Amino acid sequence: MAETLLAIRGLSKRFGGLLANDRVDLDVVRGETHAIIGPNGAGKTTLIGQLAGDLRPDSGSIRFADQDVTRLDAPHRARRGLARSFQVTSIFRDFSALDNVALAVQARSGHSFRFWRPARAEPALREPARAALESVGLGARADVRAANLAHGEQRQLEIAMALATEPRLLLLDEPVAGMGLDESQKMVRFLGTLKRRITIVLVEHDMDAVFTLADRISVMVYGRIIATGTPPEVRGNEDVRRAYLGEDQA
Amino acid sequence: MTVSRRAIALAVGCLLLALVPPIAALTNQPFYVDLFRRMMIFAIAAVSLDLILGYGGMVSFGHAAYLGIGAYAVGIPAFHGVDSGWLQWPLAIVASALAALVIGAISLRTSGVYFIMITLAFAQMLYYLGLSLEAYGGDNGMRLAGRSRFGGPIDLHQPAVFYYVVLAILVLFLVLGSRLVASRFGMVIRAAKSNEPRARAIGFSPYRYKLTAFVIAGSAGGLAGALLANQTEYLTPEFMHWTRSGEIMFMVILGGMGTLFGPVIGAIVLLLLEDVLSALTAHWQIILGPTLVLVVLFAKRGLFGLLSIAPPDG
Repeated sequence: MAETLLAIRGLSKRFGGLLANDRVDLDVVRGETHAIIGPNGAGKTTLIGQLAGDLRPDSGSIRFADQDVTRLDAPHRARRGLARSFQVTSIFRDFSALDNVALAVQARSGHSFRFWRPARAEPALREPARAALESVGLGARADVRAANLAHGEQRQLEIAMALATEPRLLLLDEPVAGMGLDESQKMVRFLGTLKRRITIVLVEHDMDAVFTLADRISVMVYGRIIATGTPPEVRGNEDVRRAYLGEDQA
Repeated sequence: MTVSRRAIALAVGCLLLALVPPIAALTNQPFYVDLFRRMMIFAIAAVSLDLILGYGGMVSFGHAAYLGIGAYAVGIPAFHGVDSGWLQWPLAIVASALAALVIGAISLRTSGVYFIMITLAFAQMLYYLGLSLEAYGGDNGMRLAGRSRFGGPIDLHQPAVFYYVVLAILVLFLVLGSRLVASRFGMVIRAAKSNEPRARAIGFSPYRYKLTAFVIAGSAGGLAGALLANQTEYLTPEFMHWTRSGEIMFMVILGGMGTLFGPVIGAIVLLLLEDVLSALTAHWQIILGPTLVLVVLFAKRGLFGLLSIAPPDG
């Protein structure tokens, strides 16, 4: 088996009486696209939050690229190559699309205690940003204020920002949520082009997207991972059918 | 081109301000040198607040604290016979930078209303500290023994010389501020204002950048305080009173948050209104209050926004 990029062991998170993540074990292999599916409230977003560093685990550990990152905050994890998109689109709305991505480039370009040169005139920031925008198909929209982009474009912008940080692992929290069929197919095609180049952890409700993209799927129910396997394995798993797929999808 | 229009606006504004002393001399109205110098001093304080309020989203309600620290950094040495401006003014900057470092380090761990309240609380603490300094006049304050001395042609007792010193500092600060907000550093604090979780998610740790901005703003506020003590030749804890912090914030909002140049206009207009209206009625604030309400409601980017030379958002 290939090398493990992300190793999660015994990860738990409790919110009051709710055990949102219950001793989650998960290995993500370098280069794979690993989907996490499960019913609403299964704890998927909590898991993403803990992986990104926004939520502090109650117990358990997260190793990323052979280093323990359990205690690192979100910015530090991002600088080590863990990029994310949010379930609810999160962009710098008052800035242009290009500014958004240039900020992401800047974030990985060392410290920002530089007070004199105008950042918008730095080719070292603008050129990689423009390339990232073009890679997601937003090249023509570079100068549009991010708030004025269509919803689908804003989701693409988020991906461009994540890519601009040159991540080793991309955490995508429902990347096609709220998209029309056209847009969502476009996004799935685009994510497909990232496969192999970047390791992806994908939380998604859209089963078409999941089964198109995922190399492996983990199924989360009531805060626990009840099965992990290839798409055919998961499709055929009795527990999964009972707990999840059989009820509303598949 | 927005940039060149801004440059023109700066040049025109500079020229107009530079013409105040000769015109005041010609028309035999020396009072205006004093008034416009006062406006520019408050403009420096307002621009420094705009750096953190308008660009960094840090609603500091205690900015007058630095005015007070700067003023006392001139007044206390002067009281003890040390009247060199070369010593007093750097002291004002360093002391207020240190105060901003402590205040910022604590208050930036909070946000929203808590941030406003903590910055206010710190400023009020310093205000009461000022009241308790009996040796330096306590709540009565004290006269400044003399204006800061620099030697050579820089004699602040010459109203016009002092005026041009203040103008030079204001222009220098505006130039530095414009560079700052457009730099990588400026982009980080603006990004953190726009969407802090997103800024963190791409790898920025906003805290230290915001704290640095807070310290820069505080030290500029301290320099404004040193100028103010020289302006009034008197210092009192009232410099640090929370109503003074509110007034500085008023200037920023009136002129236009996040525009740097706007707060200069805000300071000029506010002090002008104060001057004109207080001649009309003792209850001039009855007119001032609704003015602010109207500006907030109808001119999102303040008076500067109305001039349509304001930079786009972000």
